[in-house]
Amino acid sequence: MTTSDAPTAICRAPRCAPPWRLPAIVLLIGVAAWWLMPEQLGLLTRIAFMALLVLSLDLVVGVAGLATLGHTALFGIGAYAAGIFALRVHPDPTLGLLMGTAAGAVLAAASGAFLLRYSGFTFLMLTIAVAQITASLAQKARDWTGGDDGLSGFTMAPLFGRFAFDMEGRTTALYALGVLVVGLYVARRVVDSPFGLAVRGIHENRARMAALGTPVIARLLAMYTLAGALAGAAGAVSAQTSAIVGLDSLSFAVSAEALVMLILGGAGRLHGALIGAVVFTLLHHTASSINPYHWLFVVGAALMLVVLVPPRKAWDRLRARFAFLGGKASASARETA
Amino acid sequence: MTAMLETRGLDRHFGGLHVTKAVTLQLQAGDRVALIGPNGAGKTTLVNLISGVLAPSGGEIRLAGENVTGRTQAQRVRAGLARTFQITTLAPHLPVQRQVELALFEREGLTGRAWRSIDGYPVLAEEARSLLRTFGLGAHAGLATERLAYGEQRLVEMALALALRPRVLLLDEPMAGVPQSDGARLLAALDTLPKDLAVLIIEHDMDLVFRFARRIIVLAEGAVLADGTPEQIRNDPAVRTAYLGH
Repeated sequence: MTTSDAPTAICRAPRCAPPWRLPAIVLLIGVAAWWLMPEQLGLLTRIAFMALLVLSLDLVVGVAGLATLGHTALFGIGAYAAGIFALRVHPDPTLGLLMGTAAGAVLAAASGAFLLRYSGFTFLMLTIAVAQITASLAQKARDWTGGDDGLSGFTMAPLFGRFAFDMEGRTTALYALGVLVVGLYVARRVVDSPFGLAVRGIHENRARMAALGTPVIARLLAMYTLAGALAGAAGAVSAQTSAIVGLDSLSFAVSAEALVMLILGGAGRLHGALIGAVVFTLLHHTASSINPYHWLFVVGAALMLVVLVPPRKAWDRLRARFAFLGGKASASARETA
Repeated sequence: MTAMLETRGLDRHFGGLHVTKAVTLQLQAGDRVALIGPNGAGKTTLVNLISGVLAPSGGEIRLAGENVTGRTQAQRVRAGLARTFQITTLAPHLPVQRQVELALFEREGLTGRAWRSIDGYPVLAEEARSLLRTFGLGAHAGLATERLAYGEQRLVEMALALALRPRVLLLDEPMAGVPQSDGARLLAALDTLPKDLAVLIIEHDMDLVFRFARRIIVLAEGAVLADGTPEQIRNDPAVRTAYLGH
């Protein structure tokens, strides 16, 4: 067997980026936006919890390779859990956040145990069914959820007993940003762990992973549960920062919007979820203020552009054309794994 | 001596089609056995039954004396069984080294660990690099697997199987689709397989079969037609008629 290639390696072994890097960048940009645009704190809050939802969706779609349109169920149950907890048990935001996170994780684990026996189109349809059932239950349970009127009348206690949720939204924006940064750090660590690598392997080739001895369904279920926890946390933040939970938090539109955001930013790399959430929310905000009836044209056009010219390919071509941007242009030769 | 791999009366039906018919075979540690037979003889089905991809309709499979018939694929891997596929079955976008590390993480029972970075296991990373160097793939460690030549991807398959440190290795047509230029590297890889490993190889390349195997099992229409040394098989009139065509 030849060993002559040892000293002349042409392609270095892959290395992961430090797990704190992306969260630190997000924190820096977020705090800068909070500081520089005090009149847009509501928008910043929305971007933060939507980014967390899309990040959670990226774990399912981009990392695990499971196409879902039922993510709204995990988001919505987190929102209702946090809202009901604040109204009936305790208004502390961190406890409410834990409740929302747990609710998302429990629903994901319970539904995933059934859903993950299926794949492809069947899985996709069943995720929609779970979301519809959850929405229907929320509508029927009026005493708990407020039904069509929504759940309101709760106010949050100051964060850590010190920072009140003020009218300007300064605390809510920082709170939402903080939860996003923590969620992102957790997701980054998990994706770059042996578990995350196994899930990525399952996404690429189930038969190969089964032949390596991977318990495929168990690994997918664990990732789905984590995604449920993050989606639940996003829902909880949404409820706590707006002080209302409506049935729209369980609507199909939330799932579809989150998926559009993920495709806009690029699936499977976590930062794409953040970019997509920012781009989509800003597009929505700007285009709908110009024309409230036809703003979806702009989103549709952006989506078509991204699908026809995938950002990764466009970036590779740019790198190939402008060599000073560094190295050979090849997505597949990139050394981060 | 306990056989490393043993099947007893293994059967498999697909509806009314009887694809595997009471197959009984044994592999001892260090055996080099070739499974040959015409197309449609049920060779790959037999490998799928042994590895747990398919459940048998009847019969028994034992690994090192342990009955694994009802066990999952993952449990059989943990019991010491590894396989390669007739059509290359890899994660195409993962870097080659990550792919091998994945097999090592699985072998060590680490794929449930979800916090420490994959870069935090330097001993396993070095083992992966060493394995890749053994197969002449050290220079491609950081390349996405899909960028390798087909013959090199077949070598990655073998590297993955060996990373599991199996006791029994099932090779399903390792030379299928491999250009002649890469054939020598695969042959060299076969020669370096651990001496105590029991190997069952399915292959159509008769030169390779007669060079590699110390025992040959001939499968025809799902049943064992003959089982013997290459010399016995070469001179078996039934085999010559059914398979070799003369």
